[in-house]
Amino acid sequence: MSLTDVIVIGGGPAGVAAAIELRRRGINKVTLLERDLALGGATRHCSHSPFGMREFGRIYLGAAYGRRLAAEAAVAGIEIRTGHSVARLGDDASLLVSHPGGLETLRARRILVATGAREKPRAARLLSGDRPLGILTTGTLQSYVAYHGLMPFRRPVILGSELVSLSAILTCRGHGARPVALVEPHPHALARAPFSWLPAFAGIPFHRGARIVDILGKDRVEAVKIAKDGTELTLACDGLLVSGAFTPEASLFLMRDAALNAGSEGPAVDQNGRCRNPLYFAAGNILRAVETGGWAYREGRAIGAALARDLAGDAAGAAPIPVTHDAPVKLVVPNLLRRGIGFVDGLDRFQLRFTRRAVGTLTLALDGHEIWGQTGMWLPERRVIVPLPPAAFEAGRVHFGFREQA
Amino acid sequence: MNRPVRQRTGEIFDVAIIGGGVVGCAVARRFALAGARVVLLEKGADILSGASKANSAILHTGFDAPPGSLELDLVKAGRAEYLAIRDSLNLPLVETGAFVCAWNADEAARLEGIEAKGRDNGIEEMRLLSGAAARAAVPALGDHLVAALEVTGEHVIDPWSAPLAYLTQAMALGAEVMRACELRAGNFDGIWWLDTNQGEIRARSVVNAAGIHGDTVDERLGLQRPFTIRPRKGQFVVFDKAAARLVPKIILPVPNEVTKGIVICPTAFGNVLVGPTAEEQEDRTRATVEQPVLEMLLAHAAKLMPALARMPVTALYAGLRPATEEKDYRVIVRTEQRAITLGGIRSTGLSSALGLAQHALKIHEGFGSAWQAPASIPAIAMPNLAETRERDWQRPSHGEIVCHCEMVTKREIEAALAGPLPAADFGGLRRRTRAGMGRCQGFYCNANLAALTAGKFTASLAVTGKDE
Repeated sequence: MSLTDVIVIGGGPAGVAAAIELRRRGINKVTLLERDLALGGATRHCSHSPFGMREFGRIYLGAAYGRRLAAEAAVAGIEIRTGHSVARLGDDASLLVSHPGGLETLRARRILVATGAREKPRAARLLSGDRPLGILTTGTLQSYVAYHGLMPFRRPVILGSELVSLSAILTCRGHGARPVALVEPHPHALARAPFSWLPAFAGIPFHRGARIVDILGKDRVEAVKIAKDGTELTLACDGLLVSGAFTPEASLFLMRDAALNAGSEGPAVDQNGRCRNPLYFAAGNILRAVETGGWAYREGRAIGAALARDLAGDAAGAAPIPVTHDAPVKLVVPNLLRRGIGFVDGLDRFQLRFTRRAVGTLTLALDGHEIWGQTGMWLPERRVIVPLPPAAFEAGRVHFGFREQA
Repeated sequence: MNRPVRQRTGEIFDVAIIGGGVVGCAVARRFALAGARVVLLEKGADILSGASKANSAILHTGFDAPPGSLELDLVKAGRAEYLAIRDSLNLPLVETGAFVCAWNADEAARLEGIEAKGRDNGIEEMRLLSGAAARAAVPALGDHLVAALEVTGEHVIDPWSAPLAYLTQAMALGAEVMRACELRAGNFDGIWWLDTNQGEIRARSVVNAAGIHGDTVDERLGLQRPFTIRPRKGQFVVFDKAAARLVPKIILPVPNEVTKGIVICPTAFGNVLVGPTAEEQEDRTRATVEQPVLEMLLAHAAKLMPALARMPVTALYAGLRPATEEKDYRVIVRTEQRAITLGGIRSTGLSSALGLAQHALKIHEGFGSAWQAPASIPAIAMPNLAETRERDWQRPSHGEIVCHCEMVTKREIEAALAGPLPAADFGGLRRRTRAGMGRCQGFYCNANLAALTAGKFTASLAVTGKDE
């Protein structure tokens, strides 16, 4: 049996797009592994968000988008293997895979990991209180509704005010649940207007600058206690939706060598989406949480193209240098740069996020010399794009700084 | 729902055990093996719903137990029996060993005394190590480590499969288990009449293994309250499985008089935990986690093992240990009333449970009973959940995986929902299968679990009906 050229892990927008692009560029054997029983990734349970406009020129909701992805992948001649859960990445581009038939070790010339992102659950946020039923993330809520027609609560408190939090309001209201409040630790909504107006339209109290200090409930959530401006308020409810705070689903990398990027919480990648181990690439929301399906799709295509060029004979380049940053910059992607190969396809711009609202000047310095700067107000969880200058590939040090205005 | 089933059948059990924690489960097995007709009453929806669901899962040697204490004897006896029977029950043993770590000169000076006490307690496999030697074995330990005492025999087990195996074996020998069954009162007039929310139950003897409720159960039985339970809360943080390679051994502190202290410990499931705290409280029902305390635990872990600072948190839990006025176990025997109270089993219950069960049976022999031991002992093979041995997902034709973080197959979940002691609530299912206990905490699988368990739990994952 001939060796597979590329195995793509993850059948969401980024993984499918990368696999299609590889085939378009003449890569012969491309295998797509998906742990779920259908393609689509997180889009499968997102029944409110429109997908597909950029990539397919029309809008799909929920599982319909995944079916379109599957059709495209089949036409492209990709070997699709659903129900395949990858247990381990090997340093030599071998994968330990568990599927309905049992265990199997798969090998390829390159591996592209596109396992997406997920919301941080209650535990990882260290939220105080009891641990009853009814505490879950938006993705879980949407899975209840989309796959089973079930609801985990009727009167939840929603923690978070990202776009996904507002999507949760729509999911609740569409399925007989009435959120009793929205709680956001930041002093402002994280989603941009007009989405951030939704709680007001829906008549849901919106507590900004408030923290959850206790969760009460024996079997099921009964109340959530919040603290705001030094006072405490108890909200009677039957659930707590911990929404947003996405983190890359990068555990395969974490289990291998713990070499996750501290800022992005995903694998470190260079301008071609290539990891430190040159046999591995990554694309989509595993790089940085969180972007839209359309963004992930384009990123998958671009990194698929870069990977195709690599297979066509481009060298891996020199050892990568890290891209560093100051607080309150949360993350930069790509967070590695490899000299010697220049820019081919892949990530043509820096993507940044901030940890909090900040006013000041964001700067890019190469070998200590500022070559770019922009002053303004920067908000958390918002996409920040900075050009990736060709000179960066020649620099020894690449650093994003921040001068905060008092 | 108060159907007096037991009264109607007229059966008189030989022994009624109050409490389905690890101690109650072990006692049920031991008495059933002796030929007794056993009934076990558990107040919670499922067994292991009290202190037994939230411990550090260490199989102790007893090296640091008070010399001459009942706790020491029973930890050693319990450990020996676990090692003897674990193969026949398909229970794991992760032979990690422990380092008692001294982080300053004062602590280092106390290690020799701890070693001497350990030898007095009959534990031979110990050796003193320099800080450098300990760090050579566990490089993630902080460089301020001064010295360590290695205790080879400290091991890690599956804290839930073990008691489940004990009780399953007891049931195979005819023991009855009544869950969601709360003792309201008891009266002894030659036999025990136990009033419960599921009707009246009659038994010739009672064993109180009610843990955090041990004193109130004695009161409800009309017995003099022999001690007062003082709930001691322990909070834990569970790190991502990626932390496991940093922590191959149990990292113990130099203990003080009150508590064994905060442990950093590998689990049989491939995680690492840090905890417990020791917080006195009045409340016997609420075991909350608290962010400032959790942050303290994380800071503590990172101070001792700096690489843990970069490890994500997977889970949080807290439990209430049934401490009493005294440190040692409180075993109270009332021969005339044929009652045994196993109380104050504070933090070593998982290790000593089988020993406590032997002890209780020996005490009971003094009550006078002539039971016929069963001719054969039924084989019980627990599903393996330990990462150190083959899991179901690694087997041929396992079918579908439901929980990908913990690699739990659908057939494992179906098995946990069937059988003689099916999971009765979500916690019970998690303890039986690991489903939803991984790093995504159910982001992926919780909805599927809600569908798979519909109609099977006392408290269902999904709600029914519309908003009122």
